[in-house]
Amino acid sequence: MATAPPSTYSAVTLNINGEKHTLTVDHRTTLLDALRERLDMTGTKKGCDQGQCGACTVLLDKRRAVACLQLAVAAEGREITTIEGVAEGDQLHAVQQAFLDLDGYQCGYCTPGQICSAVAVIEEHAAGWPSAVTDDVRPEAGPPPLTPDEIRERMSGNLCRCGAYVSIVQAVARAAEADAAARADRAEQGTEHEGAAA
Amino acid sequence: MTTTTTGLRAVPAVGTAHTRVEGRDKVTGAARYAAEIPFTELAHGWLVLSTVTRGRISSVEDAPVLAMPGVLAVLHHGNAPRVDTDYVGMLGMPPDPTIAVFQHDRVPHAGWPVALVVAETSEQAREAAEALVVHYEEEAHDVTFAKEHPDAYSIPGPGGPAVTEKGDLEAELAASPVTVDAVYTTPEEHHNSMEPHAATALWDGGRLEVVDSNQGTIWVAAELASLFSLDPASVHVRSEHVGGGFGSKGVRAHQVAAVMAATVLSRPVRVVMTRRQMFSLAGYRSPTTQRVRLGADAEGRLRALEHSCLSLTSTVHEFIESGAGVARVMYDAPAHHTANRVVRLDVPSPTFMRAPGEAPGSFALESALDELAEKLGIDPIELRTRNEPAVGPVSGLPFSTRNLPACFEEGARRFGWADRDPRPGLRREGRWLIGTGTAAASFFVGAMPSTAAATAEADGTFTVRINAADIGTGARTALTLIAADALEVPTDRVRVRIGDSDFGPAMIAGGSMGTRSWAWAVTAAAGELRERLALSDTIPPEGITVRSDTTAAVGALAQKERHSFGAQFAEVAVDVSTGEVRVRRMLGVFAAGRIINPLTARGQFTGGMIWGISMALHEEAVRDRNTGALYGADLAGYHVASNADVPLVEADWVDDTDPDDPVGIKGIGEIGIVGAAAAIANAVWHATGVRHRDLPIRPDRVITAGPHV
Repeated sequence: MATAPPSTYSAVTLNINGEKHTLTVDHRTTLLDALRERLDMTGTKKGCDQGQCGACTVLLDKRRAVACLQLAVAAEGREITTIEGVAEGDQLHAVQQAFLDLDGYQCGYCTPGQICSAVAVIEEHAAGWPSAVTDDVRPEAGPPPLTPDEIRERMSGNLCRCGAYVSIVQAVARAAEADAAARADRAEQGTEHEGAAA
Repeated sequence: MTTTTTGLRAVPAVGTAHTRVEGRDKVTGAARYAAEIPFTELAHGWLVLSTVTRGRISSVEDAPVLAMPGVLAVLHHGNAPRVDTDYVGMLGMPPDPTIAVFQHDRVPHAGWPVALVVAETSEQAREAAEALVVHYEEEAHDVTFAKEHPDAYSIPGPGGPAVTEKGDLEAELAASPVTVDAVYTTPEEHHNSMEPHAATALWDGGRLEVVDSNQGTIWVAAELASLFSLDPASVHVRSEHVGGGFGSKGVRAHQVAAVMAATVLSRPVRVVMTRRQMFSLAGYRSPTTQRVRLGADAEGRLRALEHSCLSLTSTVHEFIESGAGVARVMYDAPAHHTANRVVRLDVPSPTFMRAPGEAPGSFALESALDELAEKLGIDPIELRTRNEPAVGPVSGLPFSTRNLPACFEEGARRFGWADRDPRPGLRREGRWLIGTGTAAASFFVGAMPSTAAATAEADGTFTVRINAADIGTGARTALTLIAADALEVPTDRVRVRIGDSDFGPAMIAGGSMGTRSWAWAVTAAAGELRERLALSDTIPPEGITVRSDTTAAVGALAQKERHSFGAQFAEVAVDVSTGEVRVRRMLGVFAAGRIINPLTARGQFTGGMIWGISMALHEEAVRDRNTGALYGADLAGYHVASNADVPLVEADWVDDTDPDDPVGIKGIGEIGIVGAAAAIANAVWHATGVRHRDLPIRPDRVITAGPHV
C-alpha cells in the first residue's frame, strides 16, 4: 500500500490557463517551481527567484504577480494565467504579435514576463489605474494618455538586461492602440445591440 | 529523388528587416532554455559557497546533511573527482581555477565554491545546502582596490601588449600650450544576464551529454574534455536558446560540478546558479583607475597622449581589463604612451564583459577629449576631426575602413548639435539643468576560423548546421538571411541549426566576432552547395551536403587596423538638489560594416547604448573591505537600467562595408556601449559645469559636487 505523503506536502488544485491541475507539492514549492519543475510549463522564467526582476510575472486573477514569491499551496483557488495561456490557440495575443513584429526582445528570457506584464498594464490602464508618473490622479480624471513615459513606468518591474526597452515600449503602445480600438468597436456594437433590442 | 531549385530570387534578404526566426517560440514561452529541458530521474545540485574570503577549509560536516530527506550526495574537496587544469583553452588562456571545483582546501575569495549538495528536488537541495556546516581557518585578506597599488604589474591582454611607447611624453607635455591631466575611475560591474547559468549533465551510452546555456558549445565541450581527461568526441554540449551572456557564459563552476555529480550518481544532475551566486561565480568587469594626460597645440592637435589603466584580478587567475587599448586606435600624437596594469587581490576572477577594455577605456579617454575641447575652446567634434589618424597610431597599419567623421557628421545633423551653446550651465527647465554631450566609439573587428555544413534536403528545403550561439544577438536569423542569399532561395526554405558541439568547430559568440565568423563559413558552404545543385537537378533521399572550413581564408587576411566606429550623443537633465540625472535622449550613429538585419541590428546598438546609460548612472558593485564580499549582491542592491531609466534611444548607421569580408560584416555586439558613458558624463558637465570622473554618477556625487557655473 502506498504510504501517506509526509505532512510537509499537500495536494493542491491549480487553475492554470483555464485548466485544473491537481498535484502534491512540498509546502516550500513556489508557484514558479510548481509550474516549471512539476507541470513542465517552462514559459514562466526564473531570473532571480527573489522578486526583483519580473521574469516570472504571471497573472493571478488578472493582476500581475511574481510567481517566485507565491507559494503553490497559496495559489489554490486563484485564476492563474501564464505565457502559455496568453494566445488564443494559434492566434497570438496583440501584445505577443507586437513584441514579435517590433523586436521587443533579444535573448527572450524576460519576454514571457514582459508580455504578461504588458497584458495587465493595458487592462489596468483601461480600468483607470494611475501610475507614479500620472499627472492627474483624481478618480474622475479617467485613464491618462498611455504615453511612452506611462508605459516605461508601468513596465519597470520587468528588467531586460539586453536593453530592449525602446522596442518594448513601442510594442506595448501598439498593442494598447489595438486594444483601445477593439474596446471602442465592442462598445459601439453593444450600443447598436441595445438599440436593436429596444 | 526530388528536384530542387535555387537562383529564383532577385531581391537579397540581407539588408531587409526580418523578425526573429525563433520569435514565435520566444513570445509564446515555447522556447526552452537550458534548465527547461526535462530529464527522467533528474537530480538537483545546489552549490555551497565559502563564507570567508581567504583561508582553508578545515572540515565539511556532511554527515548530518546526508541524512536529510532526499539528499543524494555532498561533493567537496575531500571526495570529488579529480580534474586536470594543465591545458590552454580555446581562448588561448589556461582555465580560470575557479572552474576546477572541490580540488583542494584553499579559499582564495568570498563566494568560492566549497561543496555541491545533490538531492531529489530543488527544495531539498537548497535546504540541505543552507544547512551544510563548513569550518574554515580564516586568514587576513586584501580586497581594497586603490588608485595606486605597490604590487601592480603589466601584462598583455586581449587588447594587445601591456605597454606601448613612442616619443618623449614629458617633453611634449611641457611644450604643449594646453594640457589635461585627469584620473577616471569605473566600478566593479556585473553582466547579470536575465537567465542564470544553468547546466544539466548526464552520461548516455558512454557519452557525456551536457545541456547548457553558453556562448559556444565547442568551447565548453573542449574544456570539459580537458578537465575530465575525455576524448573530445565523447563530450556533447547543446545550448539552443541562451538568455543573455555578455561575456559571462563560458566554462563555469556549475557545469563542472554537474558533470562531477552526474558521474558519481550515474543519473542526470542539473546545477543552476542563484542570482546571488552569479555575483561570485559568473565573472565580472574589474574596476579601473585610469590616468589620461593630453597635450595639444593651440589648434587642438595632440602632441602628447598618455593613457594608463589599472585593473584587478584574483590571486588564482590572470585577467586584465585593457582600458588603455582604446587609445591605440583612436588618436595619434608624437608622444604616445599606453599601459595596462593589474593587481592581484583576494577577489573572484574578473572576465570579459561587453566591450572589455573599450567600455571603461572609452569613458576615460573620451571624457579627457571633452575636457581638452573645453580648455581649447574648440567644439568636441571638431577636435576629434582634427585628430583623425591616417594609420594606426601604434601599429602604423592602414585602417580597413574608418568612417568615424561620417558618423559624427550624420549624428550631429540629426541630434541638432550645431545649435548647441558650448558654455556649460546655461540651459535650465524648472529644477532641471540641461546639457548635451558627445563621444567617439570604436571596437575591434575580427574573424575566427569556423566550419559549417549546408544540406539540400530531398523536400526542397535547406538545412544549415553551424555551431553558432544566439545569445540574443539575432545571429540565428542573420545567418538564415545570409544562407538564403548564398543559396539564392527565399528565407522560408532555409533552416539554420545552431548551438550543438557535434556541428564542429566554430567561433564563440564573443568579441563581436561571432556573426562575422559564422557568416563567412555559411556563405562558403551555401555558395558551393548552390554551384553543386546547378550541375545536378536531382537530390538523393539523404540530401546533398557541402561543408566549409574558413581556417585558410581567415588566416590569409591582410594585417590591417580593423575596427568599427561610432559617434554617441546624449542629452541629460540634472537636478543638483536631489542629485538625480535623467538621460533625456540618446543617438548613436555607427560605421560597423554591412548590416544584415536592420530590425535586430538596431536592438544590438541601442541595447549597448542602454548598457552605457546603466554604466554611467547606475551600476556599481561595492565590496566590503572587512568581509571581502559584496554588499547587496542581487538585482535590488545592484541596479541595472530599468524601463523607466531609459528614454528614446535611437541608433542608425552609415554605409561601411568591410572590403575584406565576403559578406562585408564587421560586428555590432559591443560597440553600442563604447563611448556611451562618456557622452553622458560630458553632457552632465555641459549641464552643470562639473566634471564627474568617477562612475557611476550617483545622486550623492552630484549633490556633493553641486553646480559650478
